[in-house]
Amino acid sequence: MEIFDLTIHELHEKLKAKEVSSVEATRAMLDRIEAVDSQVNAYITVTPEQALVEAEEADRRIAAGDIASLTGIPVGLKDIFVTKGIRTTCGSRILENFVPPYDGTAVAKLKEQGAVIVGKLNQDEFAMGSSNESSYFGPCRNPWDLSCTPGGSSGGSAAAIAARTATATLGTDTGGSIRQPASHCGCVGLKPTYGRVSRYGVIAYASSLDQVGPLTRDVTDSALLLGAVAGYDPMDSTSVNTPVPDYVAGLGSGVKGMKIGLPKQYFIEGLDPDVKRAMDEAIALYKSLGAEIREVSLPNTEYAVATYYIIATAEASANLARYDGVRFGHRAENARGLAQMYAKSRAEGFGSEVKRRIMLGTYALSSGYYDAYYVKAQKVRTLIQQDFLNAFKEVDVLLTPIAPTPAFKIAEKLEDPLQMYLSDIFTIPVNLAGTCGISVPAGFSAAGLPIGLQLVGKPFGEQDILTAAYSFEKETQWHLKKAPL
Amino acid sequence: MGANMKYQVVIGLEVHTQLTTNTKIFCGCSTRFGAEPNSQTCPVCLGFPGALPVLNQQVVEYAIRAGLATNCSITQRNVFARKNYFYPDLPKGYQISQFDLPICQHGHLDIEVEGETKRIGITRIHMEEDAGKLVHADIPGVDDSCVDLNRACTPLLEIVSEPDMRSPDEAIAYLKKLHQIVMYLGICDGNLEEGSFRCDANVSLMPVGSTVFGTRAELKNINSFKFIKQAIEYEIERQAEILDDGGKVVQETRLFDPNTGTTRSMRGKEEAHDYRYFPDPDLVPVIISDDWIEKVRGGLPELPEAKRARFMSDLGLPEYDAEVLVASRELAQYFEDAFALFPQAKTVSNWVMGEVTRALNDDNNRSIAECPVTSALLADLLKLMEKGTISGKIAKTVFDEMYKTGNAPEKIVEEKGLVQVSDTGAIEAMIDEVLEKNPGQVAEYRGGKETLFGFFVGQVMRASKGKANPAVVNEMLLKKLQG
Repeated sequence: MEIFDLTIHELHEKLKAKEVSSVEATRAMLDRIEAVDSQVNAYITVTPEQALVEAEEADRRIAAGDIASLTGIPVGLKDIFVTKGIRTTCGSRILENFVPPYDGTAVAKLKEQGAVIVGKLNQDEFAMGSSNESSYFGPCRNPWDLSCTPGGSSGGSAAAIAARTATATLGTDTGGSIRQPASHCGCVGLKPTYGRVSRYGVIAYASSLDQVGPLTRDVTDSALLLGAVAGYDPMDSTSVNTPVPDYVAGLGSGVKGMKIGLPKQYFIEGLDPDVKRAMDEAIALYKSLGAEIREVSLPNTEYAVATYYIIATAEASANLARYDGVRFGHRAENARGLAQMYAKSRAEGFGSEVKRRIMLGTYALSSGYYDAYYVKAQKVRTLIQQDFLNAFKEVDVLLTPIAPTPAFKIAEKLEDPLQMYLSDIFTIPVNLAGTCGISVPAGFSAAGLPIGLQLVGKPFGEQDILTAAYSFEKETQWHLKKAPL
Repeated sequence: MGANMKYQVVIGLEVHTQLTTNTKIFCGCSTRFGAEPNSQTCPVCLGFPGALPVLNQQVVEYAIRAGLATNCSITQRNVFARKNYFYPDLPKGYQISQFDLPICQHGHLDIEVEGETKRIGITRIHMEEDAGKLVHADIPGVDDSCVDLNRACTPLLEIVSEPDMRSPDEAIAYLKKLHQIVMYLGICDGNLEEGSFRCDANVSLMPVGSTVFGTRAELKNINSFKFIKQAIEYEIERQAEILDDGGKVVQETRLFDPNTGTTRSMRGKEEAHDYRYFPDPDLVPVIISDDWIEKVRGGLPELPEAKRARFMSDLGLPEYDAEVLVASRELAQYFEDAFALFPQAKTVSNWVMGEVTRALNDDNNRSIAECPVTSALLADLLKLMEKGTISGKIAKTVFDEMYKTGNAPEKIVEEKGLVQVSDTGAIEAMIDEVLEKNPGQVAEYRGGKETLFGFFVGQVMRASKGKANPAVVNEMLLKKLQG
């Protein structure tokens, strides 16, 4: 087994045993990136010099007996995390040459633990998209089939795991942007409860929905990486001050007696047969492990996508106003006067999906439409939250598909934004409810593409979904299959 | 101002007070004025990608203080909103402000104009962040405008009045009262020149007797009481002329030009913004408990109105004195400190309003806080006068010396030999000498011209170089002349 094939916990053991050094592991990863990333395009920026300096530092720490679970582990970051001294583009031309002066909280936590950052990963522009095709730096490709998308918006973060070009990665999930690409790329992706991980230093798309989470090869790594970045942050007033459990320690408790709910609105006609089969098999497996399966109802599910596209775009229209060419980022040349400088800089700097969403959000907030759209959407959001809270009175976790279909072909849905928006139909409600969800490899389609299943937990119920996911993973081999690269 | 006869002016004021917190409203940067451009900034107040605001609790406390002092009700669930507009000195492309749920509502202030008391409603007080500022000044080698974001994200309270004022004098009285209150509360340094206390005025005219307000013009960011008055007066004349000519006043924002004393159009209504307010998802709602409100209430200082009333009722000061002394918190404190050491209210008041104020005015309008004659030193001086060590007249000389040197009065009196002569023997000798030198006046006095008494007193005081105790002189002189 190659070093780049190892999980965090496997590599950690080897580093601890001094079988490999962090420099060796980092070199192996950088060589792997060099070898395959031109096909995948998972990286926007690779940082070999800095990574090797960090790896040397990690080796010194390890030699001194100071080793945390992430010390010396090569990780990649979605290019939405601001990184001090490392270009951070958010997949956009408008930030093509932006070098932030600071590290965000999640990145600082990784660095404190001694993780080695090998580069910044491809994504949909400003995290807007479900296919990674809206990146200014070109589409990322699915390592399982290079003609397919890896999903989005954390497509680069998922593809890097599948392509073995990072041991683990961080992504962000606003409407499914960790779980959906994790599903399409055959890795584990977790969206924590809103407020579980600080958003400080994460470029905002939709502030009330965005949440940071791990993409990893297996569930143990997911628990490890989540534990490393979770916790209250005084720099983010929406982060919540509740203790962070030792998620890894709780993984083995099993699902015997656990009540698993199947929301009937998620198992409808039209679900891809391969996806349907994978869900049925998973349900059967959980039954065999002693879990109690029940049908539950989330009656407002059908309004989730519409609600999401009003709230997310409204917030985005404000969040993206700062990209005006005045202080940083792209500034149009030859603009005459201030208004033209704004208009030209933004026209040149933003891609069409971002512009579409800014316009949608601006419209939804404008006077005369605010009550009809934004206020109404907030009310529906409350109903959707209530649906989940009601369901969790009956069950411990929910089991659902992640996406209606496996990964689709590049360009297949580009001309039909509504079709594209529907690919997040099973993940969006979790963000609106503000609770947590995980995507776990659960099978393959006839065409050989990965299929994930989603486990949704109560607010701050990350331990429940990790434990359930771990039980599933132990009984299956899906997460061990390698993409043909 | 002939226009005033036909039209009634209606004035509403929006005041922006910059709060004296040490750090900004949503980050830890300093709020100090006048620092090197962009030296007091961080990713948060620069609006950098990924940065998030975190509320400074002190701002909430200051807002509650302002609300309680202006008779407002305090909103217990506060939501911050984003006010969206593009401006080069607005780093995030929106301003974080409060919209439909301001922290204070439904208050009022009572003002006095020409002896009449009038109640001015306060619609709302809300918390918000300031923008930065553009520098268009000539900088060698720079053609473009520059942006200084030191001020971006400094905390402001916007205090909005009802359109209750009916003359420029009422507007000024309201503003001065508000200015006095925020200074007393210690939440604003009140510095108009530096923009810590600045005012927008909404001015409209309606025919006398009408109840329907006319179209208003908004006068932006005026930073002196004098200019506000001038701007409103100009606006009244301008609008009256338009109405007299049968025209219509256009709703617009106007700027005051202090050089010409006139206002000019800045932007019209057709450019009015749709701010697209919505709750800021980065900030959790601020919940203000009853306990918090009561704690703030308990810590409020005595406000000028209460202080004035107490000075009159408890200390027996005339209304005029009380009014002057409470004009600023520092002046009132100075008076009270001196009074504590020398409990004769009227005497202390006379000296504070007289010598102390005069000396400060003559000294480039220094503030009372910088007065070299501290309240304790002033009390010492008054005690010397009371004991008869020096006369009132000498005391003024001593005061000037104290102001110059900061020395204690005893030391000055001793060094300059200013001790009052109460020794009857010495005074008697001087009286005898004066009477001897002026036999004619003595005869006239004894013949019934009693008005000459003052003349003799003056002569004796002159002979003593002002050091003779006037009471002793009076008494002995009377005896001698009658004797």
